[in-house]
Amino acid sequence: MTELLKVEYRQYLDAGSEVVTTNKSALVVLENTDLLLSAYRWMALTRLYDQKAVALQRTGQMGTYPSSLGQEAVGVAVGLAMSQEDTLVPYYRDHATLLIRGGRIRDLLLYWGGDERGCAGGPKQDFPICVPIATQSSHAVGVASAMKIQGEANAVVTTIGDGGTSKGDFLEALNVAGAWQLPVVFVINNNQWAISVPRGIQCGADTLAQKGAGAGIPFVQVDGNDFCAVFQVLQEALKRARSGKGATLIEAVTYRLGDHTTADDATRYRSPEEVKVAWSNEPIKRLQTYLADRGWWTEDQEKAWQAECERQVEEGIDAYKSIQPEPAEAMFDYLYDEFPDVMSNQLDLLYQKVERMESLAPVSDPEDTH
Amino acid sequence: MDDLSHEITLVEAVNLALSHEMSSNESVVVLGEDVGTNGGVFRATVDLRERFGFKRVMDTPLAETLIAGMAVGMAGHGLKPVAEIQFMGFIYAAMEHLVSHASRMRNRTRGRLSCPLVIRAPFGGGIHAPEHHSESTEALFAHIPGLRVVIPSSPARAYGLLLASIRSPDPVLFLEPKRIYRIDRQTVVDNGQALPLDTCFTLRQGEDITLVSWGASIRESLLAAESLAKEGVEAEVIDLASIKPFDLSTILNSVRKTGRCCIVHEACRSFGVGAEISASLAEHALLDLKAPIRRVTGFDTVMPYFKNEHYYLPSEEDIVATCQALMKF
Repeated sequence: MTELLKVEYRQYLDAGSEVVTTNKSALVVLENTDLLLSAYRWMALTRLYDQKAVALQRTGQMGTYPSSLGQEAVGVAVGLAMSQEDTLVPYYRDHATLLIRGGRIRDLLLYWGGDERGCAGGPKQDFPICVPIATQSSHAVGVASAMKIQGEANAVVTTIGDGGTSKGDFLEALNVAGAWQLPVVFVINNNQWAISVPRGIQCGADTLAQKGAGAGIPFVQVDGNDFCAVFQVLQEALKRARSGKGATLIEAVTYRLGDHTTADDATRYRSPEEVKVAWSNEPIKRLQTYLADRGWWTEDQEKAWQAECERQVEEGIDAYKSIQPEPAEAMFDYLYDEFPDVMSNQLDLLYQKVERMESLAPVSDPEDTH
Repeated sequence: MDDLSHEITLVEAVNLALSHEMSSNESVVVLGEDVGTNGGVFRATVDLRERFGFKRVMDTPLAETLIAGMAVGMAGHGLKPVAEIQFMGFIYAAMEHLVSHASRMRNRTRGRLSCPLVIRAPFGGGIHAPEHHSESTEALFAHIPGLRVVIPSSPARAYGLLLASIRSPDPVLFLEPKRIYRIDRQTVVDNGQALPLDTCFTLRQGEDITLVSWGASIRESLLAAESLAKEGVEAEVIDLASIKPFDLSTILNSVRKTGRCCIVHEACRSFGVGAEISASLAEHALLDLKAPIRRVTGFDTVMPYFKNEHYYLPSEEDIVATCQALMKF
């Protein structure tokens, strides 16, 4: 009775950067130097951006921030596999994907720096960063059914963490994606930790991928630190979706090398040994070694690219720091299509408050007087 | 009477508005539990599947969170979804999508995306329904910034307000008072004429006291006004209709004239829409008042099961008694 589900596990490059497949389509990806160099560049840029974003938070220049350290391969694969016409319905740790889809470093920093304009950019159809866990899954199937109704031959990609797969929204969305054959790809970014709760006690199933079985949709588990494998399973899933064959569930197995967010301290719940092992498996070094071994990426190129990343991230930070906050009344601007009369006295109250604030002389720090 | 006139019930008016908008706007789609082949458990969506097909009239899986979440996705991708939640008692699973997404999509993308969905749900007591089928919790939703809450109280207003809700660029919760789904018939002209969402409707003029109500309680309010008239008390009856944002100025003007206000609602008493109206009147019209503002409401209890629901629901007599007390104050 308890016959276990057979779950395909896809890996093309192992942690030592050795090719571990003879699959033909895998070899096409593994030989695609333009693609791999592009992927490597995006991953390196994302890592530097993440590092500097955390530093901004640590120095009081930005709000709470969720680094994607260690998970760059998944984000970059999603970004590079999607077409510009597809719709992304992200969660909140998709920095690489957002950047590839045309998001600006300035905008990411704005969002995490407490400014609504952070999600104003990017492709006009993409959904904004989504914090309430798993709710984006329901939106994604709504977008996918809109595509189907409107005869649009594109696909939706939606991302979620391992913890999110415990929620009703995710399971309800999988269910309808199967029932209605919707053009959607679910990507689980299984980074092993939902804040402090490890994957092992999040769910009793052997894999998160197999949750697709109950919904009647194809599922696959992939080494999430192997860009090549993640990219290939995404391509296959997107092809299925765009050709009317329905949804796919992808579980990308990776590791959250950083804290959940800058407000978290992962040393409270996981051992340094575990993190050390995870570092030996991280995605950037793996791809870099593969490229270097073949002579496709040299030390000079590396140096030049790191300098370019430094320049791009600093430029984004400068743009973020130099933009003025919106005026106080901006909180009312996008609430209703037309400003309701009944709220006009609230606007008056706000203006009075602003006036009071501006009339107050700056208060000096009592510390200064000692 | 021209060919477009129909003598119809409130639920038929909902159906008429839906079919009018689906005919004139291809992006309008209907989704929900049993809305397709079955035409909805109250028949609000009857015949829509036959007329507009499977793609535009979708029987969803039995999952209210999904229904609301999908509607957010559809509305954010160019469709105009009108989703039905079968009973308001089951809407709470959908609430996260209304609070955290639908009502703030325009805000969080600074206008790049918006979420012009409509969620329809029958609500209120008085039809001897099982547990969880009789509550009036409009206040929970009226508290959400960015959401509109609309409640019709007659077939004509159901038609005109639902058209307006579907055409609104904002997300709308459209609550249908099921106690009066079939109680009265009214001539409704299917002329595609929407009613405004920024105004109350003054249903009866009066100089002595202002009665503010909405939904099914409008019926008892109007009956009470007729009873009071026999005693020489002329009540002005205002149908709030748009609960959020609401039209304060019509109510204010009326109360400035009458000096007395009685608010009638089926929902629990405390922290409700009546409290908001009352507070607004106290802020803006205190010195025009000749008597305290009073509320005739349900109690702060769990809605009794149907053997005792009549004790809970505001009656014509309750309204008359309160108005008499205010006249004597």
